[in-house]
Amino acid sequence: MSESLLPAVPPGTTYPPATELPRPPTPAPADAVEGAVDPERAARPVSAQRVLPLRHPGRWITSAIVVVLGAQIAHGLVTNPFYQWARFQYWFVRPVITDGLFITLEVTAYSAVLGLLGGVLLALARLSRSPVLRAISWLYIWLFRSVPLIVVLLFLYNFSALYRTLSLGVPFGAAFLHFDESKLATDLVVAVVGLSLNEAAYAAEVVRAGILSVDQGQHEAAAALGLPRRYQFARIVFPQALRAVIPSYVNQLIGLVKSTSLVFYVSLLDLFGSVQSMGSTYPGDIVPLLLVATVWYVILTSVISVIQFYLERHYSRGALRTLPPTPLQRLRVGLFALRARVRRETAI
Amino acid sequence: MSTQTPNGRPAAVEVRDVHKWYGAHRVLDGIDLTVAAGEVTAVIGPSGSGKSTLLRVINHLEKPEIGHVSLNGELIGVRRHGERLKELSERVILAQRSRIGFVFQNFNLFPHLTVLDNVAAAPVATGLLRKPQAQELAHTLLARVGLADRTGAYPRQLSGGQQQRVAIARALALRPGVILFDEPTSALDPELVGEVLAVIRDLATSGSTLVIVTHEIGFAREVADRIVFIDGGRIVEQGPPDQVLDDPRHPRTREFLSRVL
Repeated sequence: MSESLLPAVPPGTTYPPATELPRPPTPAPADAVEGAVDPERAARPVSAQRVLPLRHPGRWITSAIVVVLGAQIAHGLVTNPFYQWARFQYWFVRPVITDGLFITLEVTAYSAVLGLLGGVLLALARLSRSPVLRAISWLYIWLFRSVPLIVVLLFLYNFSALYRTLSLGVPFGAAFLHFDESKLATDLVVAVVGLSLNEAAYAAEVVRAGILSVDQGQHEAAAALGLPRRYQFARIVFPQALRAVIPSYVNQLIGLVKSTSLVFYVSLLDLFGSVQSMGSTYPGDIVPLLLVATVWYVILTSVISVIQFYLERHYSRGALRTLPPTPLQRLRVGLFALRARVRRETAI
Repeated sequence: MSTQTPNGRPAAVEVRDVHKWYGAHRVLDGIDLTVAAGEVTAVIGPSGSGKSTLLRVINHLEKPEIGHVSLNGELIGVRRHGERLKELSERVILAQRSRIGFVFQNFNLFPHLTVLDNVAAAPVATGLLRKPQAQELAHTLLARVGLADRTGAYPRQLSGGQQQRVAIARALALRPGVILFDEPTSALDPELVGEVLAVIRDLATSGSTLVIVTHEIGFAREVADRIVFIDGGRIVEQGPPDQVLDDPRHPRTREFLSRVL
């Protein structure tokens, strides 16, 4: 390792060897090294010479090990008959599976939107000046973060047994509108309501954190300009809060996509539900069926991650001096750099 | 409500017996101040003396515990109810604030809006102008502060001095009756102070009513019609710049000036 302590110089240049280091490193006179090196290069001062980058052999070795291990896993995935890739291919786009996928998407989309709306309202209530609203919001969040989602869903599923009709009217008094609970509460509605109630509690905290992350000076500037309250929130505070909200909410959303697999317990056949029921009908195909579910969930998560990238980029306008390049821009820049390098090296 | 003012013009801002305290700590201890229309008032004093709080009381960002403030004879933040003062609703207070410009020490521009939108947003949101007119006004004001070519930039792409000039244009866009400056150059690098002071000087000579809290004593002497020295939440001394700065009567003023000059 002692050599790396010395300034890196091209091979062939005269320089005091490591053992003679204590001596002041005066450059050797040109005539002393005559014949040993290119005289022109030796005459150049050390400060004007190109610095060779430090080598990292350790990195290369670990990378090689990881690549070999990765290749082994991939090879095993492809060649192990246990995975039954032919059956995977058969099931992957079967209507029974895609119908389930559609239900998963539907439940996710409704719950994500309703959950976010509820979350924003709860966060605003939590941050409001009214102690009653603050307390209600706190209670709601406390309750729904405490109860497991599956319990909420099963409760709602049995709700129609507890309350046969829902009515709208004067509190404790006459009712104008009646709903038959058993008609209102389809399996889809039960699933969406359960997931939204749960999602809103978590989204509320995500949104609240985002609002708190906005600088106090922004609130003051908006108040000093006399901007109306609603404008202050919608145009000044919330867009800046979104920058902090998006990564956490997407995290939440990915959790939601996977939580939808619980709706199977309220007899809704989502992606997981379909896989599960097909698996009990064709027990031999359980592994490829689980692979089908895995791959679809991975695809859904990937799509959400891509949307996240562009949303984050959009809401970082003004927060960063220059926006991060999109993958397409990065690819284009990379290709140009590669072409330039190839040209440079082939020109010699 | 009108009071005798130094330049004989009607009073723009009147502060009457304002007391403000945070817990047991008295920040303002009976402030009386009259700013005439078109007058430039510089407020100086040691840090923690209540200068900034006084400005924030004027536009009701802080509520005074006792006393009141009025702009052109209209009470700010409160209304008279018989012998007592009653707090106004937030909507009304916001409307009143839009007639008082405020320039912050840390600019507080909206980072997610372009320079043009920072200036044009408030007149549209408060219903003063429609969007095209507001944008036209914003272009004019940005040209006036020397930033006609940066309208499409975002605040973080500008230097501190440029940001503060945008902040002044943003305050001007509401055509305020008075503009309050809270240490407008304290967050700037020394070489950027001049460009901001030039803009304020331009406003001062064009007849705007300004109240400037500042540490730039030389600038205060140059632009102000009157200098107000505050210490311990009270006005210790006030008067024309040469009198307060060159011939202070109060020992506390003398002591403060000997430290900063």
